[in-house]
Amino acid sequence: MKAKSTLKRKSSPTTGWLQSPFIRALAALLFVLALGALFNAEGAFFKWNTHRDMFRHISVFAILACGMTLVIITAGIDLSVGSILGFTAVLFSIFCIHQGWSPWIAAPVCILAGAACGAASGGLVARFKIQPFIATLAMMVFARGLAKWVSGGQKISTAVLQPDGNYRYVEVPPIFNSLNSKILNQNVAVVTLIFLACIFICWIILAKLRWGRYIYAVGGNEEAARLSGIPVTAIKLFAYGLSGLFSAVAGICQAAQELQGDPEAGMTYELTAIAIVVIGGTNLMGGRGGIGLTFIGAMTIGYLEKILSINAVGEASRLMLTGAIIIGAVLFQKARK
Amino acid sequence: MILKMQHIEKSFSGVRVLDDVYFDLRPSEVHVLAGENGAGKTTLIKILAGVHSEYKGEIYFEGNLVKFKSPHDAADKGISVIHQEMSLINSMTVADNIFLGREMTRSGLWMDYRSQYEKAQVLLKQLGIKINLSQYIGDYPLSVRQMIEITKALVYDARIIIMDEPTSALNDIEVSQLFEMIKDLKKRGCSIIYISHRLEEIYRIGDRISVLRDGKYIGSSTIQDLSPAQLIQWMVGREIREQFPERSPTIGEERLKVKHFFLPDLSGAKKWTVEDISLSLRAGEIIGIAGLQGSGKSELLNGLFGSYGKMAEGKIWLDGEPFKVHSPRNSIEQGLVLLTNDRKGTGLVLNMNIARNISLASLKAFSPWGWIQSQREEEVADKHVKLLDIRARSQQQEVNTLSGGNQQKVILAKWLETRPKVLFLDEPTLGVDVGAKHDIYNLMNQWTAQGLAILLITSELPELLAMSDRIIVMHRGKITAEFSQKEATQEKIVQAAMGMTSS
Repeated sequence: MKAKSTLKRKSSPTTGWLQSPFIRALAALLFVLALGALFNAEGAFFKWNTHRDMFRHISVFAILACGMTLVIITAGIDLSVGSILGFTAVLFSIFCIHQGWSPWIAAPVCILAGAACGAASGGLVARFKIQPFIATLAMMVFARGLAKWVSGGQKISTAVLQPDGNYRYVEVPPIFNSLNSKILNQNVAVVTLIFLACIFICWIILAKLRWGRYIYAVGGNEEAARLSGIPVTAIKLFAYGLSGLFSAVAGICQAAQELQGDPEAGMTYELTAIAIVVIGGTNLMGGRGGIGLTFIGAMTIGYLEKILSINAVGEASRLMLTGAIIIGAVLFQKARK
Repeated sequence: MILKMQHIEKSFSGVRVLDDVYFDLRPSEVHVLAGENGAGKTTLIKILAGVHSEYKGEIYFEGNLVKFKSPHDAADKGISVIHQEMSLINSMTVADNIFLGREMTRSGLWMDYRSQYEKAQVLLKQLGIKINLSQYIGDYPLSVRQMIEITKALVYDARIIIMDEPTSALNDIEVSQLFEMIKDLKKRGCSIIYISHRLEEIYRIGDRISVLRDGKYIGSSTIQDLSPAQLIQWMVGREIREQFPERSPTIGEERLKVKHFFLPDLSGAKKWTVEDISLSLRAGEIIGIAGLQGSGKSELLNGLFGSYGKMAEGKIWLDGEPFKVHSPRNSIEQGLVLLTNDRKGTGLVLNMNIARNISLASLKAFSPWGWIQSQREEEVADKHVKLLDIRARSQQQEVNTLSGGNQQKVILAKWLETRPKVLFLDEPTLGVDVGAKHDIYNLMNQWTAQGLAILLITSELPELLAMSDRIIVMHRGKITAEFSQKEATQEKIVQAAMGMTSS
């Protein structure tokens, strides 16, 4: 009867600093960077442009990972981010390219639409107690349907189909070009700045705001949180809603990068986003982790892909290697227990 | 004699929980094993069932010296345990559950569903249970599941069936059904070891009784020859004098008033978990609530606090103002808080640090416009760490690394920071070492001196007697007795808790 309580778990013998998930995430990143230095593709790895392009490439995924981090800390998962990205990319293109709306109106509308999708799956999870995997899987399918419905299944590009069957070509809206440009002497991509801004916003939420603290509490022990008077339902709505919001931001960036709204855009992006969060070290069981970890995780995945591509590793080997390295990194994180 | 256990000795990490214990069992008898919580009943049963295979002493089963290596081994030889938490799989059918682990097969590979079905039907008919074998077991109420669990024991050709508090979740009718079944089992030649805290049941179903206290064998008797008074004395025994601080309460105005409070059964059975409770709690007062497992005392506190939402019925006043049970959030805002009896499951966010756990329920006060003022949060945590003497390296330490007593103090600090008027404490010293226990008693005295009112649940009777100004005893959801501190004795409380109203 009292036997169980006397069986105390021995604390891990590993020293303090190695137990910090932040250090472990950094170690994984440094390992990948060391690989890059070793296989530097005749010095290409040491050029700033390589790093700039890595950041540019990973930005859209990393923005998705920002929202994913919030949801995963509540002990949930959001499979719908890729589809919401596709839906909002199409929506933004329709507004800006076809309708000629000002981006100052189009962007907020798209972002609201994305947040609404996220909040809808959040509502299913929080109010109706549907498992996050199922609820967001449904939203993933539904939002993809939305994308195809509003686009009529066509890519929304500068070639606009006229009723008479001919194409009319319109100018690329300036917002697309500016989002797709690089600033500071072509040294930093604008999408990367947006990604950094998203990281910053999430950091404020998680580290500074009461509702961020509640996100951790709900993920750490939902029942204790509820009995401490925390509005659990609202917190989950908030987290999933933000995930949808960030997906919409990513969708706008994606549209700008592709110069069109592709209803197929963002397929399987949710998996990359989850990989970024997990490789950063945020716990899928909830309650533990942070946006700093996700930032490091995004760089780890980004550099991994970049190094494989500058070394001209074929796609088949690249995918297999990426899979193997993700497992390696996660096992490394688990080793602390 | 079908079973004889003698000189049984068992220690857990140096602490002896069984010391030279004797137990025997005759064919076709119901032998009650009695004793307080922690007396060693469960350990003895676990040795017999093969859960603990390391022990000293001898077990003779049907005349042979045996040693059960595992639960499976014991079950194979004919010893079955009907668990408090059932070992049935809700997502499988009744028939599949009955044969779980003993599946009937053809050539050891192919499931023989038809034979299983037929055999199960024969068994259930003999036992007089009407049930659809291809229905999922989870669709049936607890009482039926328990009967299926017993049926399962018969598939194993059990000679000895151990029932550990089998009636704790049953209503009166279901108890009668169970007892009919037990009589049937006796006729089939099964012997039953029956563990229960309920005196009335012991006298209704038992043939003989053995009592353990503090890990020692006290004695055995036929049921008729042992009066309830004597049985209680055997169980409670000497007075355990622990150190409690002197309590000199100053009772003030009425803080909490409850009239006709009802709470329906949470699993959906048609009975009340808490039935028609009325009480009045004054400033500075501690009312202790006694009762056995399943008496509804925890549910009463949880129900008043709003853990179950708006399921509760009844009238409540807090400081004279009508109070509507709504949600924990609302109760906390109104000044009513609950320390639950499961600090790891429902009290703490284990992977958060001390400071954050302390501020969890009052974070609003530290975060104007939603922005947390970490410095104030840390100051408040520091204050409580000093005030409650929480032993930790720093307030940044995660609470899962703290000892039970310090964890409990963190939860107390959390509730104190919400500035409550009424404090519900459900087993505040459970699994807490002696020093921290003493600290908690002192804190309770301090807080009540400041005008707080406390409802206290504790299963440790000496603690209840020492800390309460009044004691309410609950049995099956109802109040069966109320004592002033002077009137109350362990014997009276135990009697009332077992449902015997006259002493």
